[in-house]
Amino acid sequence: MAEWICRTLRDGGLEGEHAPALTINDTIGCPLGSFVFDHILSQLSSFIFCQKSQSNGIVLVALSRSPLYYEQLLKSKGFDVVTSSTWFKILDCYTDPLGWRSKLVESGSIRSLSSGSSLTVNICKNVKDLDELFSSILELGKELSGDGKGRFTVAIDSVSSLLRHTSVPSVAALLSNLRSHDQVSSLFWLLHLDMHETRVTAALEYMSSMKATIEPIVQSVDGPRGNSENLSLMEQNLRRGKFCVRVKRRNGRVRMMFEELSVEKSGIKFTPLSSEDEMTAQSLVPKVQFNLQLSEKERNDRANVVLPFEHQGNGKTIQIYDGRKSLNDDKAEMQHTSVQKVDSNRGEIIYFRDSDDEMPDSDEDPDDDLDI
Amino acid sequence: MANAPPSTLLDDSLDGKAAAVFSTSPAAGGRMILVEDCVETSGAFVVHHLLKRCLSPHSSDVVVFLSFAHPFSHYDRILRKMGCNLSVQRDNKRLMFLDMLVLERLGRDRGKTSEDVFIALFGEIQKAVELCLSYEGRQHITVIIDDVSLMEVDANGSSNLVLDFLHYCYSLTAQFGCSLITLNHDDVYSNEDRPGLLLKLEYLADVVIKVEPLSTGLASDVHGQLTVSNKGIHDGSGKSRNKVHNFHFRIKDSSVEYFYPGSKT
Repeated sequence: MAEWICRTLRDGGLEGEHAPALTINDTIGCPLGSFVFDHILSQLSSFIFCQKSQSNGIVLVALSRSPLYYEQLLKSKGFDVVTSSTWFKILDCYTDPLGWRSKLVESGSIRSLSSGSSLTVNICKNVKDLDELFSSILELGKELSGDGKGRFTVAIDSVSSLLRHTSVPSVAALLSNLRSHDQVSSLFWLLHLDMHETRVTAALEYMSSMKATIEPIVQSVDGPRGNSENLSLMEQNLRRGKFCVRVKRRNGRVRMMFEELSVEKSGIKFTPLSSEDEMTAQSLVPKVQFNLQLSEKERNDRANVVLPFEHQGNGKTIQIYDGRKSLNDDKAEMQHTSVQKVDSNRGEIIYFRDSDDEMPDSDEDPDDDLDI
Repeated sequence: MANAPPSTLLDDSLDGKAAAVFSTSPAAGGRMILVEDCVETSGAFVVHHLLKRCLSPHSSDVVVFLSFAHPFSHYDRILRKMGCNLSVQRDNKRLMFLDMLVLERLGRDRGKTSEDVFIALFGEIQKAVELCLSYEGRQHITVIIDDVSLMEVDANGSSNLVLDFLHYCYSLTAQFGCSLITLNHDDVYSNEDRPGLLLKLEYLADVVIKVEPLSTGLASDVHGQLTVSNKGIHDGSGKSRNKVHNFHFRIKDSSVEYFYPGSKT
């Protein structure tokens, strides 16, 4: 699913259509959003570097992490930092977002203003002016193509930081303007859900065409903190999470996909959702002194049980079923007998089970069908 | 060379075993440690422990201490009992103590706005960082803030200004080899409906140390529990990252004892 998202962002939007926009959401309980952001950034970088993408480059608006961090990220993925400036531009809103450093340099209190990174960055000194930010992004985007008309991808490090400095309507307007701009091929951003009210996150969700949420695999129970189970869950949530993607398609349908993500030393890994649900179910079962689970053998035996209404007296002496006959023998017999009797006028009760999971205590009374 | 002081459970949870000081290589950058406490269990002892660690003779670290809570004499007295002489360290230029309780500090009495005061304060910190790094052999600076809720009072209640200031301080950790340690109080924000300062600090911090009372109530020989969550992002050595540690502590007259639950005899 993560690959699917990356491909969608790579392919960009059609002519006259809004650019696909991805919002990456996480919470403090499972703060893996920045890892996912880095992963998507790296994937798109490789597509763009190999010129397999609709866009010519990426403009990254760095608010919560420094340009130096991104330089190291690119290096670790094998990109040459020096030549990357042809396809990777950073709008640095991290080093001096409110102009404090500039004021201090002017008054002579401090010396340097550099971001410390060798990547070419444009420093933004007033992150509260979103119109200025918008034009800076477009300006950087124009530099990515020769004629200034090529398309580019925009990545916003953290919209949560942006929301702290400005109002929701202005941020929504910025995202909307970016999405509808001809030259923006695709757009993605990071948002921390619990830092904002629900109406704010809902408003931003409307701006996006894809929503990727990272949730803890198992919600930690509100128990005593020193509880070792709680601690191991907390630790697990720092490394693993459930990756839920919600996509709005062009025809209006909404598609949901789930994956499991884990952060390892080599990077981030996405795997299909395993039977962790079993683990959840097990942890929800109350701890009592008798066994409420079924073993594999018990499950097989249960599947083999022939229920009383599934067979008639087939000409043989009616045996009270004592649970030892296997299902296969009876099925073969049933087919045989139904072929024989198909043109006789004898009444038959043919029972087809609705589903194998039908609980014994369901509404129908199975004894209604007995022909004893 | 004197032996390094035995590392406690707290030290191990911050750095991994057999490491008595913070990472000192500039490439590793610094990190932010957030200490959260409440009325029942004060987290001040953690700040004192970390301060003593930074000023230990085995490291060449420099500390810039921003105090909104107590004057210098208070810390001097406490650290002296722990075996660390703050006055000497201050004279040796290893400790820079900024007493924010003093009114003339940064021209607050001259009617400047809070924002200007904080800008000037940041200027002083950056100047100190640049100055210290220009000395040979001094590679790491730690900025300690005691504490954030009082800093908010100083900012006339503007948590945004506090967060801006902390962002600028944090940006120093990326650029220079600088670490940031802040103390904040959990229960001060417990009545707020909207997600507050505390959550934003938790997102910003790399290590969160929560100091809480025991879930079972008061006890005479155990004063509380510490939960250290080490988020740790990209670190080549991967020492004790993405780990959560929990252990108990007991505050004695001149030191603090750390032990795993149940192991106290």
